[in-house]
Amino acid sequence: MSEAGPPRRGKPPVFLERQSYRRRRVIDAARVLPFIGMLLWLVPLLWAEEGAAAVRSSSAILYLFGVWALLVLGAVVLSSRLAAQGRYGAETGGEGG
Amino acid sequence: MLNTLVAVCSAYALFLFAVAFAAERAALRGQATWLRSPMVYTLSLSIYCTAWTFYGAVGSAVRSGFEYLTIYLGPSLVLVGWWWILRKLVRIGRSQRITSVADLISSRYGKSNLLAVGVTILAVVGTTPYIALQLQSVTLSFEVFGVGDLATGEEKGHTALWVAAGLALFTVIFGTRNLDANERHNGVVMAIALEAIVKLAALLAVGVFVVWGLSGGVSGALDKIDASPLGHWEIDGGRWAGLMMLSAAAFLCLPRIFQVLVVENDNETHLRTASWAFPLYLGLMSLFVVPIAVIGLEMLPEGSNPDLFVLTVPLSQGRDGLAVLSFLGGFSSATSMVIVAAIALSTMVSNHVVMPLWLRFAGGGAKVSGDVRHVVLLARRLSIIGVVMLGYLYYRLSGGGAALASIGLVSFAGVAQVLPAMLGGIFWRGASRLGALTGLTLGFGCWGYTLFLPSFGPGAVLPEAWLLDGAFGLHWLRPHALFGIGGMDPLLHAVFWSLALNTGGFVLASLASFPQPLERLQGAQFVNVFEHSTGPRSWAGRVAPTEDLMVMAQRILGARDARLLFEREAQRQGLRGGLPAPTPDFLETLERELAGSVGAATAHAMVGQIVGGASVSVEDLMAVADETAQMMEYSARLEAQSQELARTAAQLREANAKLTRLSVQKDAFLSQISHELRTPMTSIRAFSEILRDTTGLSAPEQSKYASIIHDEAIRLTRLLDDLLDLSVLENGQVNLNLREGLLSEVLDRAVAAAAADEHGARLRIDRDPAAERIWLNTDLDRLSQVFINLVANARKYCDAAQPALDIRVRTGEEVVIDFIDNGTGISSEAQDVIFEKFSRVSDQKAGGAGLGLAICRQIMTRLGGEIAYLPGQGGGAFRVILPANIAMAAQ
Amino acid sequence: MLKRVMLIEDEPNIIEAISFILSREGLAVDTHSDGTTANDRLRACRPDLLILDVMLPGKSGYDILRELREDADTAELPVLMLTARGQSRDREMAERAGVSAFMTKPFSNAEMLATVRTLVAGGV
Repeated sequence: MSEAGPPRRGKPPVFLERQSYRRRRVIDAARVLPFIGMLLWLVPLLWAEEGAAAVRSSSAILYLFGVWALLVLGAVVLSSRLAAQGRYGAETGGEGG
Repeated sequence: MLNTLVAVCSAYALFLFAVAFAAERAALRGQATWLRSPMVYTLSLSIYCTAWTFYGAVGSAVRSGFEYLTIYLGPSLVLVGWWWILRKLVRIGRSQRITSVADLISSRYGKSNLLAVGVTILAVVGTTPYIALQLQSVTLSFEVFGVGDLATGEEKGHTALWVAAGLALFTVIFGTRNLDANERHNGVVMAIALEAIVKLAALLAVGVFVVWGLSGGVSGALDKIDASPLGHWEIDGGRWAGLMMLSAAAFLCLPRIFQVLVVENDNETHLRTASWAFPLYLGLMSLFVVPIAVIGLEMLPEGSNPDLFVLTVPLSQGRDGLAVLSFLGGFSSATSMVIVAAIALSTMVSNHVVMPLWLRFAGGGAKVSGDVRHVVLLARRLSIIGVVMLGYLYYRLSGGGAALASIGLVSFAGVAQVLPAMLGGIFWRGASRLGALTGLTLGFGCWGYTLFLPSFGPGAVLPEAWLLDGAFGLHWLRPHALFGIGGMDPLLHAVFWSLALNTGGFVLASLASFPQPLERLQGAQFVNVFEHSTGPRSWAGRVAPTEDLMVMAQRILGARDARLLFEREAQRQGLRGGLPAPTPDFLETLERELAGSVGAATAHAMVGQIVGGASVSVEDLMAVADETAQMMEYSARLEAQSQELARTAAQLREANAKLTRLSVQKDAFLSQISHELRTPMTSIRAFSEILRDTTGLSAPEQSKYASIIHDEAIRLTRLLDDLLDLSVLENGQVNLNLREGLLSEVLDRAVAAAAADEHGARLRIDRDPAAERIWLNTDLDRLSQVFINLVANARKYCDAAQPALDIRVRTGEEVVIDFIDNGTGISSEAQDVIFEKFSRVSDQKAGGAGLGLAICRQIMTRLGGEIAYLPGQGGGAFRVILPANIAMAAQ
Repeated sequence: MLKRVMLIEDEPNIIEAISFILSREGLAVDTHSDGTTANDRLRACRPDLLILDVMLPGKSGYDILRELREDADTAELPVLMLTARGQSRDREMAERAGVSAFMTKPFSNAEMLATVRTLVAGGV
């Protein structure tokens, strides 16, 4: 019962048909999106807080909620693409672990 | 005003009851498709936004600027990253029929009830203050409308009590309709979805009023913000990042979130919608927080409670209707949180604490009969009332106020302790029960010591001295500066140390321990849930976990047999080594094998359990498997015992038969000796009397009769010699005459002597002179006597048309000399006795007295070798084995 | 008329001795040394007396005797049995099988002769 068990499905094909390929890339994007969001939301850590260069709150609000809107938009696009491309949670590279 | 408010509030509550009731009815009639839309699911997630966030976000913005956002950013990221964790959690929850966070952890780590109880306690400790917080916010908001009308603590307490009682009633009615905790509570979900809309609408309405009504539009509002005390970006970087992560962690671990996110989920695709809709919801909820805070600061008198700006700003502008809406929003936030938290906690408490205790003390063991259903429901209802009342008591005892304000994040940090065990459990198969237990204990303890207990204030629970100088005066144990690392924000400090110790303990103990089979099975099911379970639409292309089948098969068939079966199947599939692929053929074979042990239905259920969906719990099956294994072990032991008995009986019978044969032979011994002696004597006596009594015998006659007498006398002598020889050999009184000589020469002499002795049919003798060139140091005469006997026996008894004797010599550790003839050999019954005295293979009077082989055996024993009959050689075959030292000594 | 004696025995020397003694007495002696064919030979020869050894190759003397007693032709034939195993059990077995006289080896020639004479004369 080791972690590196024998290959379960034999050798996976090197090249996938176009649809599977697209689906995988969408999944990749879905995986990356939260990290992009986190990075963008951590950007404020770099902002100056004192003096003339201090970021005004209105800019901060616009930036933070702008990122929020972009993330929501990205999630909408990806989830609709995943829905359109058929089966959810299917076998093709579905495993995140 | 207050009466109006009470009326509105009561009407709203009645409306919620009606909605919940209608939803239940619709679900019963099967018209619930609209109840199961992804939007309802997303809205139900909004119980994340409690009164603490509804009212508290503005207060937090006033006090700490943008920090309030982190509480929303973390969960947004978790939802946007649904593919990583939520997808897996939901699938596991569905395939394993998980009922709560405690159940998830317990189930993953081998159905450990200890872990379940631990997580339940953690959840209750973390949630009770949170419920108290909700009651406080409702009470406070009542107070806002009734300034002056009610001021006493008693009245405040009554409000909270009424609210608590109403919530408990609602939850009992709609939260315990179904026994199966995994089934959806349609009424509850519908009600909280509605409340989600109300609170969002309320906050948005206040926000719109503030921005467009009081600030003159978006740009005006932004200008006002920049001009306010919150005018520029100012944040503690550590808290910004740390709280973002903490809220993300808490979102995953909070019992009430888990309840709606996983337990109430009935379609995985809903998660896809929620992945964008819920972040959108959170964004909208937090959008107007800063403007409201800024306007509140600007318009309300100094010292107003910023936590109530959402109510007081509309009130101060005379917008009572808006204020009531806002009040309903806060009321909704508070009630929906309490309802779902009570359901989640009561499920844990009744499943993991009350029911195990009841089953233990009520007698009758775990035999679930009809009336247990009522016990479960009653336990759950009492748990709900208990949980809500615990929150109320906490509120009364803590006296409300500032002590509760910080409880939100404290509670977050507490439930986040479940995170390492949870994530480790679903991503790492090596995570073990001991690891989870260690991590949770360390994390819980550290959290309690550094954050929870100090949150009651100095001297409340922890002595003041401990806060300053550490427990027992140990400086490095200061609750806010563990290990001497001071100067950190107390919350971050606690979160850092508790999660670090928790994760460290979890990983180390997991690495060091070895999980039980059930743990490993569950680990495989959790970590590889997408291979084990089937998606909502795809039943094809499923991949069964061969390893799990192996674990299961081992429990039933035994380790060795299971391994053999799997190896055989792998070979049949043409796989070299490893496990077989779970093809339908293989599954059928396995099922058949298992059916032999546990019956077809159980076997089918077992295989189905691992391969497909879950209709029977793994625990049940494992229990069956364990029982079966025990019974099989028991019956195998019985079988072994009876086999041993049978073996012993067979041995006894054999020994008895041999004794009987020997006894018969011993009886025959005297008559044998008598016969052997009397036969020659008969001739001697007869001829001697003839010679004596007969007159006129011719000379040739006389001479012939005399020589007959002579021959028979010699025969008699030889017989007596043999008897004596045997007697001497048997008594061990023989002196060996050790000499050196070649084996070939000994054989030469023996063959010649045997030929001279007998006058039967010609016997062809095949020998291998090369192999016979072995020097021996032994009693050559005695050895020769053995060989003579064997050759003579072959000559006498070989019944082939052209008798032949093959003498083969082989040298290894010992010298082995085989005498194999081409006759019919000796029957197996006779083989046992041929070395006994007077045993003849046939009735033929071949001249011997039946002592030859007995003497041979005695000689070989004397020489340190042995002689034996070789069965299965086609003819009569004897093997003489000379010990190594006889041959070696002379070489 | 010349009385015929048949001797069934497998030891050549004993055959020789008994043949010698009986020939001198004026009896015709047929000898046979195989148990299995003894009864056939007996029917062919129709002797006046049978001298039978117990231990014969192929078939024991007792069996030959029992078969012979069941055959009407030979049921009354006098039989003298010889045995080298001289235990009382052997004598009992011989008597049950229907023996006329029983002698243990080694025997005295005179005794043997006397017994044969009595049996050939038609009485014991």
